[in-house]
Amino acid sequence: MTALLSGRGLSRTYRAPRTAHLAPRALTHALDGVDIDVHEGESLGIIGESGSGKSTLIRLLLALDIPTAGTVSFEGRQVDPAASARRLHWLRRQTGIVFQDPYASLDPRMRVGRIVAEPLWALGIPGDREARVAEVLADVDLPADAAGRYPHEFSGGQRQRIALARALVHGPRLLVGDEPLSALDVTVRAQIIGLIDRLRSRNGLSLLMVSHDIGVVQALCDRVIVLKDGRSVEEGPTSRVLRHPSAAYTQRLLAAVPTLPEA
Amino acid sequence: MSLEVTDLVIEIDGVRVVDGLSFRVADGERLGIIGESGSGKSLTALAILGLLPEGAAASGSILLNDREVIGATERELARIRGDEVGIVFQEPQTALNPIRTVGRQIAEAPRIHRGLGRAARREVAVAGARRVGLPEPERIIDRYPHQLSGGQRQRVAIAMALALDPGLLIADEPTTALDVTIQAEILDLLRALVTDAGMSLVFITHDLAVLAQIATHAVVMESGRIVEQGPVATLLTAPRSPATQGLLRDARATLWRPDEKEER
Repeated sequence: MTALLSGRGLSRTYRAPRTAHLAPRALTHALDGVDIDVHEGESLGIIGESGSGKSTLIRLLLALDIPTAGTVSFEGRQVDPAASARRLHWLRRQTGIVFQDPYASLDPRMRVGRIVAEPLWALGIPGDREARVAEVLADVDLPADAAGRYPHEFSGGQRQRIALARALVHGPRLLVGDEPLSALDVTVRAQIIGLIDRLRSRNGLSLLMVSHDIGVVQALCDRVIVLKDGRSVEEGPTSRVLRHPSAAYTQRLLAAVPTLPEA
Repeated sequence: MSLEVTDLVIEIDGVRVVDGLSFRVADGERLGIIGESGSGKSLTALAILGLLPEGAAASGSILLNDREVIGATERELARIRGDEVGIVFQEPQTALNPIRTVGRQIAEAPRIHRGLGRAARREVAVAGARRVGLPEPERIIDRYPHQLSGGQRQRVAIAMALALDPGLLIADEPTTALDVTIQAEILDLLRALVTDAGMSLVFITHDLAVLAQIATHAVVMESGRIVEQGPVATLLTAPRSPATQGLLRDARATLWRPDEKEER
């Protein structure tokens, strides 16, 4: 079966700044030969700590950055990350992304209706944009009058719903989240997890989610990849990896997660 | 050091944001204050140090070993802050001065409060760095914050807070910005330091699982009020207030459960 989104041998290196005049610049391997497949309808989590390369991986998969080595394809069609924005429209139409910080990712000067409609304009999708925005705002349980208001009028959780609406407005098949729940309070986090789960089953969405939060991945993902220092150290069904981790790093990571005593 | 807060009210521009808090921390006890964003937990911590922001006013009583903080003069407060109460904040990045060496910052309070000379300051800095488990204490004190990792920076912030051996340490979400493996190290460190020195601890967090690791007693806050308080073990297994029950339910829904049945 052809995967929906697939990466092969993805690597990305950066040149570190010089530490002294004329000193050689060290190479940093942010990502080092990672293979990844997201299948239609599945929910894949990428777990890793700071510097593990998880955000770099997402950027490469969505052609937001150019890999040093490796290739990306969507349903078997090769993605050219150096192509012009217009030549990447086909990929953008199939994907939507939600970022971590709902305060930084929404333009404070734009009304919510305009923010959510942005992908429709940017990708040149015709039709009744206003109606589509109203529909997707209802999907994320925001009131109908939200479209006429500004981001600052909303709480952190509601802003993340706005960001979700924007990610979904053009009807993508893959939703990508880069720590979308990390900035939220636990009650709000539980609500957004429920919402993402509902949207997934209702729209048959596939999900690719990066998180350092094991609980979020456990709640949302069928399968998980553990990244450490730019390499994949373990991969498998979420329940297997989290219950019986085989890599030493995964074991160490899980042992560090604080847990609650059972009631 | 014991802390006794009675009927604490904090108003910002006439709006009551903390409303009648009363709790006590016995000498050597570890108290957690838990609540969501905006519940008033950080303001409560700042009030204990007399550090409320402009426009905020506290009334009621805050007793540190029977000495009143509310209404204390700036001079008395300055002594309390360095000598008697230490504080660690969430973001070590913003709590540290980027253009001063780590050692100079650790020795800052001893310099001001004890008038230490250069050699003594260096000794204090090395001892402080060693106490919080920083690698190569003699060398690391000459480095700048940006040359350290996030976990190391938080260790520096803890060394600064403990430099004058305060009787009470206030930690305001000290591990929230850290990776989970580093969080575990910092929690272990705090627990060991507090126990060894017989210090009291007030630990502010939004994370029930972190609370369970560090505190013996806890206060649950919601919208500026205490909705429940008691031993942590009781709060986590038999919460009485709907607010605590809700927090616990949501935490269980989003936290990793090691023994979850294979449902996926």
